[in-house]
Amino acid sequence: MSDKEQKPLPGRRALLSGGAAALGLLVAPGIRLIEVAGASTTASPKVRWGLLVDTTRCTPECKACVNACNAENHLSGATAPTDSQWLRKVELKDKRTGRTASVPVMCQHCAKPACVDVCPTGASFKRADGIVLVDRHACIGCRYCMMACPYKARSFVHAEVHDQNPEVPRGKGCVEGCNLCVHRVDKGQLPTCVEACPNQAMLFGDLNDPNSALSQRLRTIATTQVRADLGLDTGVRYHGI
Amino acid sequence: MSLAAIARTLLLAAGLAGLAGFASADSRVPKPTIQADPANGTCVAPAAEMRRNHMDMLKHQRDKTLREGERGAKVSLNGCISCHAGKQSGSVVGSRQEFCESCHAYAAVKLDCFECHQPKAGAQVAKTAGGER
Ligand code: HEC
Ligand code: HEC
Ligand code: HEC
Repeated sequence: MSDKEQKPLPGRRALLSGGAAALGLLVAPGIRLIEVAGASTTASPKVRWGLLVDTTRCTPECKACVNACNAENHLSGATAPTDSQWLRKVELKDKRTGRTASVPVMCQHCAKPACVDVCPTGASFKRADGIVLVDRHACIGCRYCMMACPYKARSFVHAEVHDQNPEVPRGKGCVEGCNLCVHRVDKGQLPTCVEACPNQAMLFGDLNDPNSALSQRLRTIATTQVRADLGLDTGVRYHGI
Repeated sequence: MSLAAIARTLLLAAGLAGLAGFASADSRVPKPTIQADPANGTCVAPAAEMRRNHMDMLKHQRDKTLREGERGAKVSLNGCISCHAGKQSGSVVGSRQEFCESCHAYAAVKLDCFECHQPKAGAQVAKTAGGER
């Protein structure tokens, strides 16, 4: 696979905001924006956004994705149980063989998300394009979703928040987690972790499009879903674990 | 008082008079602080409609944006902020001089929006926090 493939093209925003008449415009290979109408976009059920993490390219000392995530979403980067972590590195070791793997773990954007099933207010929801989000206007902070998530992907905000990124509102009393950089993806940009990875270990794209770079890669290398036995059908896939 | 400010006051008084039919230039009803530069374009709807319906517009669009991923709509909270942030503070809240609060303080409306939403216009935040790119 050519790793340059998923680098966004310059001028993709100009194309977007210029209201490019082209429907189904190819913003970058594998990143297809359907229903581009004028300056506005809508999440399309034809798309399912997903990620492939190639852990063989991921080293334990590198935290570029985590740092980029923290910077983008204005997270403190602290890792106490009461601090928000949307993306964290987990070190895996096979005790019998001693083989290790360094694995970035975030919301797995399940097709059948347990967090959505248990949410009493409907705040936890899945967008038409597969991105799992918390609607914090409806979140009451009960944290059932945190209990239900097998990936420990969600955090509760324990203290007041200041200096938010205007595009990423967050505040005390709500549950939050990786949103696949929905504010960037809706503009035709890549999630910030994908863009930040110096080893191109992450590939973002449309799982539903057989021609996307992501689907092609998934066809050619062995990949796993973490806890596939739970049948949640995760949107994040891993290679090398 | 600058010429522009006088013009604004007159406009506003005329607007209020048209709307409610009671206000006059020396009305005791305090007026909101409007610092939005008309050069950046007009509001998303006429002032009279904004005064009555901005809360419904925001709540309606909020669900569209968040749940359906509708971006680039006319109404957006960040949009309000980009035009209405105070010239000095760069914010829409923080004191009675700031746009959103100038009315809400009078009407005893307390918003929780800015516990999560950044009340400062985008550029101002990028400078201090460096999170936007
Ligand atoms: C607990 C946190 C929280 C509170 C409180 C909150 N919001 Fe939001 N709001 C969010 C998040 C998170 C988003 C999603 C941002 C995105 O994806 O662009 C959002 C998005 C929005 C949007 C769409 C984006 C935009 O800029 O137009 C609107 C409109 C909005 N909120 C309005 C409000 C209003 C009005 C209030 C107060 C009545 C409010 N919100 C209170 C967290 C919050
Ligand atoms: C393009 C810039 C722009 C945007 C975006 C914008 N406004 Fe305005 N708004 C203005 C200007 C300029 C005025 C004053 C013009 C007038 O009085 O007719 C105004 C007037 C108003 C008024 C009437 C104040 C009064 O009593 O006269 C309200 C209320 C208001 N805006 C709320 C909002 C809200 C809420 C939003 C976001 C949904 C918003 N505006 C978005 C520029 C903007
Ligand atoms: C012209 C005066 C005025 C201005 C300016 C104004 N508001 Fe309001 N707003 C009101 C009034 C009055 C109410 C309460 C209406 C009611 O009681 O139903 C209100 C209510 C609201 C509500 C609903 C509150 C709730 O608890 O449901 C929201 C949200 C809101 N305003 C957002 C804004 C934002 C954001 C701005 C700044 C961009 C703004 N308003 C500027 C007069 C104003």
